[in-house]
Amino acid sequence: MKKFLTVLGAGVLATSALTGVARAGDELTITSWGGAYQDSQREAYYKPYIAAGNKITEAEYNGEVAKIKAMVEANAITWDVIDVDSATALQGCAEGALEVIDWAKLGVDKAKMLGADVSDCSVPTIVFGTVFGYDTSKLKDGPTTIADLFDLTKFPGKRGLQKNPTVNLEWALIADGVPAADVYKVLGTPEGVDRAFKKLDTIKKDVIWWEAGAQAPQLLADGQVVMTSAWNGRLQTPIDKDGKPFKIVWDHQALDWDLWAIAKGTPKMDEAYRFIAFASGAVPQAEQTKYIAYGPANADAIPNVNPKVLPSLPTAPDNLKTAWNLDTQFWADNGDQLKERFNAWLSQ
Amino acid sequence: MTSVPINSDNIMRAADGTPLKQKLAQAQRQAQLKALALIAPLFLFIVISFLVPIASMLVNAFYDPDVHNEMPQTVAAIATWDGKELPDEAVFAAFAADMKAAHKAKTSAQIGKRLNYEVPTLKSKVTVTARKLDKVEAGPWKEAVIGIDPVWGDPETWAVIKRATSSYTSFYLLNVVDLKQTADGKVVSVEDNRKIYRDILFRTLGISFMVTLLTLIMGFPVAYLLATVPQRTASILMILVLLPFWTSLLVRTTAWSILLQDGGVVSQLLHISGITWLLNALGLISGEPQLFKTRFATVLAMVHIQLPFTLLPIYSVMKTISPTYMRAARSLGAKPAYAYWRVYVPQTLPGVAAGCLLTFILCLGYYITPALVGGPADNMISGFIDIAMTQENNWGKASALGAVLLTATMILYYVYNKLIGIDRMKLG
Repeated sequence: MKKFLTVLGAGVLATSALTGVARAGDELTITSWGGAYQDSQREAYYKPYIAAGNKITEAEYNGEVAKIKAMVEANAITWDVIDVDSATALQGCAEGALEVIDWAKLGVDKAKMLGADVSDCSVPTIVFGTVFGYDTSKLKDGPTTIADLFDLTKFPGKRGLQKNPTVNLEWALIADGVPAADVYKVLGTPEGVDRAFKKLDTIKKDVIWWEAGAQAPQLLADGQVVMTSAWNGRLQTPIDKDGKPFKIVWDHQALDWDLWAIAKGTPKMDEAYRFIAFASGAVPQAEQTKYIAYGPANADAIPNVNPKVLPSLPTAPDNLKTAWNLDTQFWADNGDQLKERFNAWLSQ
Repeated sequence: MTSVPINSDNIMRAADGTPLKQKLAQAQRQAQLKALALIAPLFLFIVISFLVPIASMLVNAFYDPDVHNEMPQTVAAIATWDGKELPDEAVFAAFAADMKAAHKAKTSAQIGKRLNYEVPTLKSKVTVTARKLDKVEAGPWKEAVIGIDPVWGDPETWAVIKRATSSYTSFYLLNVVDLKQTADGKVVSVEDNRKIYRDILFRTLGISFMVTLLTLIMGFPVAYLLATVPQRTASILMILVLLPFWTSLLVRTTAWSILLQDGGVVSQLLHISGITWLLNALGLISGEPQLFKTRFATVLAMVHIQLPFTLLPIYSVMKTISPTYMRAARSLGAKPAYAYWRVYVPQTLPGVAAGCLLTFILCLGYYITPALVGGPADNMISGFIDIAMTQENNWGKASALGAVLLTATMILYYVYNKLIGIDRMKLG
């Protein structure tokens, strides 16, 4: 019966994928996070790869690991290569939805790839920071710390936050005075979780929740919010490309990886490996920094990074001062409970 | 009488000698088969696309085979455990063997995920235990397993495992009505911060009721107007009703989200017309009114979408009501309002009943509109089915929520049928 339901679910997924993009037989489908990030991948990876005689179909998602799992369980693979964050990589790997990467087959030097040890099922591509930003034309004396994000008296108005407990709970504790180093120790206790939600309660009525990465800069540009959390590249691109007066606050940014993963049992295994090997090369990795301010995972690409983008990378020394690493193991252990509680809290 | 050949046994026969009764039955059977063949495609379609998925959903709300299938030895060994003290060495040995197998088959995460629903953090503990046990060659297993993680030294953990060994569970259904089973089998309420599903069910019913009532209040006079004006005018007015009806739900919802957003058309109109100022002066709001992502926006957009569903059945029933009844009532001395209320309105009830039931049941399943124009606190039950499926990957919970929604709809239908009578309902 479960099997039947998964088939049904995958059928729905497949249909939705079909309505979006027709899936031709010999094309590799690559799913990523849409918006400015996917634009940068298109310029740096997809276009040269297609120019070399390969075929690619693009798809978008918001990081729903359940979609990957349903597709793999039903053995109806519509996404071959998927750009995942580290929590999804860990969970997908543990639950058998992603292929274990054979680095020898990939032909990429694992030692050169930063973040290669995140999980057995992923090849890192970029490092990004979850930050928050504001519009300098609306806020002259803008916020400078995470505590300001939670301070409605100093900065009244709506804020955008991702509709996800990740990062929000950690920031809530940091804003409440917990040192960044102790955040996961505190969040590991029931009292700590209560404390984080209590802090979020103080701004709940003024939060607009975003789901897709592209929504965050849009909320800011439309003036729907006075400040919003976002992935750093999503705020940097409108600044660089459209001259938007956004300013990024790097205080206590959360560092995480984007990684390539392969759906378990895809019939296009070899093509998937070939694409990931190409996209992990130093040249296209450096090329991507022309389009978005994310740090390349390939150490060889770093000397060739667009010099203009260096100060806006999450890994720039100035930006790293208070940065902390997202603890993916913590989220793998406690994510289910915290997500359920977060959804309950949202709807109350 | 004489034309029908009747022989000695007194049975009417056809020309070829077969009994007429038999012949007739044969002819009828053939006609029935033809009729069946005509409806077969629809019948099969309904069975495959409707009945089977619903049945599978209902089964999935109880069916819980993960632990039963992936831990066969533990299932056998734990059956005789009394549930008071820690299980004995035999159970631990079986558990260790199952964990080793699960580690090799990469199913330990699946077992962990299921147990994690009831004992938080078990998900990764099961995976870690399976990985570490894989390297342990020989017992005693009890010490080895508890040595890996003290959670295995807690009888409560084993009570959860024992309960999960059955292929069928009430866990998901209890979960979606904010109940849980304790180690000793008692059913109690969940912690306050996890209590949401009862609220969500009542919220879904409340919003649906509100929308149904509003569409009735707005739709009834319009239906009356349509039914009473001359045909030409009625046709033009009808287009105004039908045009939005033919427009995609998604388009209309998106249109509302553009109209209602902060600084959007409605907000600016309120500002220009001074209503915003007035509301501020009265102290009802401070600053710009919040329209988007509110309950108000959800109900507004839903009323807009549902209005034709309530209106059209009422209209079609009103069309059939002969004006002579009203004239008769008037001529017998009834005042217009009295005649309208006592003679006309009761005759519209079948249409009202049909329209309201249609709208109410459609509202119960609303998903995209609350998600787009409502806030997180306006999410209805379907939204949570989506969360359970695409975010939590918890199909058991999604099925249980679906079952609750289906049951609520059935109960309402039953009550409605008792009160109004479904045979009196007219869709047109």
